[in-house]
Amino acid sequence: MKLAWLVPATPAVLGLLLLAGCRGVGPGEGGGRPGQERLEMWALGREGEVVLQLLPGFERRHPGVRVEVQQIPFIAAHEKLLTAFVGRSTPDLAQLGSTWIPEFAAIGALAGLDGRLAASRTLAAGDFFAGGWDSGVIDGKVYAIPWYVDTRLLFYRSDLLRAAGCEMPPHAWSSWRRCMELVKARAGPGNFAILLPVNEYPPPVALLLEAGSPLLRDGGRHGAFRDPRSRRAMAFYVDLFRAGLAPAVPDYRVSNLYQLFAQGYFAMYISGPWDVGEFRRRLPPEMAGRWATALLPAPDEDGPGTGNSVVGGASLAIFRGSRHARAAWELIEYLSEPAQQARFFALMGDLPARRSAWQDPALAADPMVGAFREQLSHAVPSPKVPEWEEIANLIWERSEGVIAGRQGLDRALEDLDRDADRILEKRRWLMQRAAPGRPAAVPGGHAPRAAGAGSRADEGGT
Amino acid sequence: MRSGAPIPGAAAVAAAAGAGAGPRGAIPHGGGPRGGGASDIAMRRPGSRAEARAAVWLLAPALLVIGVFFLLPVGAALLLSLTDFDIYAVADLHNLRFVGLGNYRRLLADPLFWTALRNTFYFAFAGGPLSVLVSLGAALLLDSRLARWKTLYRTVFFAPVVTTLVAVAVVWRYLYHPHFGLINRVLGWIGLPAIDWLGDPRWSMPAIIVLAVWKNFGYNMIVFLAGLQNIPVTLYEAARIDGAGWWRQLRHVTLPMLAPTFLFVGVITMIGYFQLFTEPYVITRGEGGPVNSTLSVVLLMYKQGFRYWNMGYAAALAFVLFLVILGVTALQLLFRRRGGAR
Repeated sequence: MKLAWLVPATPAVLGLLLLAGCRGVGPGEGGGRPGQERLEMWALGREGEVVLQLLPGFERRHPGVRVEVQQIPFIAAHEKLLTAFVGRSTPDLAQLGSTWIPEFAAIGALAGLDGRLAASRTLAAGDFFAGGWDSGVIDGKVYAIPWYVDTRLLFYRSDLLRAAGCEMPPHAWSSWRRCMELVKARAGPGNFAILLPVNEYPPPVALLLEAGSPLLRDGGRHGAFRDPRSRRAMAFYVDLFRAGLAPAVPDYRVSNLYQLFAQGYFAMYISGPWDVGEFRRRLPPEMAGRWATALLPAPDEDGPGTGNSVVGGASLAIFRGSRHARAAWELIEYLSEPAQQARFFALMGDLPARRSAWQDPALAADPMVGAFREQLSHAVPSPKVPEWEEIANLIWERSEGVIAGRQGLDRALEDLDRDADRILEKRRWLMQRAAPGRPAAVPGGHAPRAAGAGSRADEGGT
Repeated sequence: MRSGAPIPGAAAVAAAAGAGAGPRGAIPHGGGPRGGGASDIAMRRPGSRAEARAAVWLLAPALLVIGVFFLLPVGAALLLSLTDFDIYAVADLHNLRFVGLGNYRRLLADPLFWTALRNTFYFAFAGGPLSVLVSLGAALLLDSRLARWKTLYRTVFFAPVVTTLVAVAVVWRYLYHPHFGLINRVLGWIGLPAIDWLGDPRWSMPAIIVLAVWKNFGYNMIVFLAGLQNIPVTLYEAARIDGAGWWRQLRHVTLPMLAPTFLFVGVITMIGYFQLFTEPYVITRGEGGPVNSTLSVVLLMYKQGFRYWNMGYAAALAFVLFLVILGVTALQLLFRRRGGAR
């Protein structure tokens, strides 16, 4: 706090550092047997630990390759990867959050994988969940292979819902809403039907996608929050708070989610596969058999079984700067093998991105993950533009005013569209500049493009 | 570190401020206070040309370092703030646009900026004076002739200053825990209701202020202590002969004699407090929550710059904060000069 001069200087200092960035010598360079190829992989969070248990099999099969895993905490990873790119010290391959792919593709950090994919004998797009696969495809080119996938669906207390006389489980928004009212009436004051932390964007985004909202329109040029489908989802969402069915609290006010779920503070919760393991571990033993997972209820009574939820997870990608792209690809192939994916599930609880891995008995027999399998077939990625995270955070920020009753929904949606349009201004400018003749270097863009002409990110196959 | 180390710096700045050199001496650009006063004096003394030339050579290394590591980056940041440098520009500099004052216009229309500015002022104007008062109180206690084990207490009070904030924040997060935290337990003993310190937007900033004051008061305490020890004993003797008690000695001897130290401490503290960042960053995990109640200008700058990579916008934020700090410092000096002329 004492370095007053740093205030104006910080960005500049950083800029200089970035410009002056140069490739350092890796920590383990020179280790291992002579002549061995050293493959550097960055993995995030716990996955970074667990992947170590999968690697010996790969190294046995490829005695000439030694994999060095650098474990990076999830929250620091995005920044570290970008800095590494600017400093030209990216690893050979890395685990990327699926929503980061558009950004890293936009800056040309990733190697295109289409060539390797076409030549691969073990990897084929058809065996992956379509939504998960799609998150690694930018402008028709493959930049990342999904490693594990997640999606959001409904966790619920089956005992409470049954006691309230709900449809089990609710299959459409109308019966879902009725069910919430029944549960709330039984739960009494101080307890709620559903918990949707107000500072998280995945639940409203899942509802938006379910209702068929495009989120962004015109190839990611503008926000589409005033679209009737978006409005419908947002109205459903904020009304849950206005009607007192969901508490308007941010996640850090929920001191112990699992305890509160067991106490009946809330009976439903929208979350991802990681909570299957957490619920099993942390709920008191008498809770076993009193909770379950289900598809997100569909918006319409007589439509399909569910709408689209949002797909997440992490993918593996090769950096353009890699000099060991071949070995890196072999590692991706290895980690994508159904057997390894099933082992990864056993070790971590991460859901396989590959459908054939789901035939593994452990996965096939687990009732809690069955709903995920179904939901994953109905899950699409969020808009593949680098600006998405900034826009998505505004969804909950702008909803807060409506939930608190300070602002009408239409006003908030107007504001959201205006915010999104401002954030996407640069993108529109880039796309317009690229539109005549030149292919767009902008991910997710539908600008006309000449096949194969000049896209910089396709040189990975050297 | 010897506890007396800050004294020369404090004295130099106090002297410079007192001599009317005001803004030049007292706006500390980094290591400013420590040599600033001396070079001022050297430059202003009328001397021969040879002497001046020698001075330039002697100063050259320092000036070079300041130029490369301060002026150049600041200039680059100013340029950056006039562009829309972002993730696309990272990929290809052709994607960089000159936007003039566009970032500044956008910033003034950004409600989040005003929230951050309000929070920052709240922190600086509540936490700054509180910190100075606590420092002064601690210094007076330590300077008292009745105090025992002065060195021990001085060390204990100074210890938080040199402790890593990240480690401190972990401990304080436990202290602030709504159910198991020590602070709420103590509140419970004296019959007060528990407070959700870091969850309730009304209490989150006070929680940050208490943490920051605890962490920082030791530094100013040492400066005050130095100021107190510079007051000639004869003044107190004279005051006692005139029949002044403890309170009147404090009002008419101690505080007036401490005025230059006050100015130094006030300016330094305010500048530091306006740059609130680390405390909310480590306490709220980089969010500035709840409901943006601890979002400071620097934290907003960090989020814009390093999370969304809107570097141009972040640079504009930095410059606006710089102007705010400059303005507040100028006001303090003006205030002091008015007070001094009385």
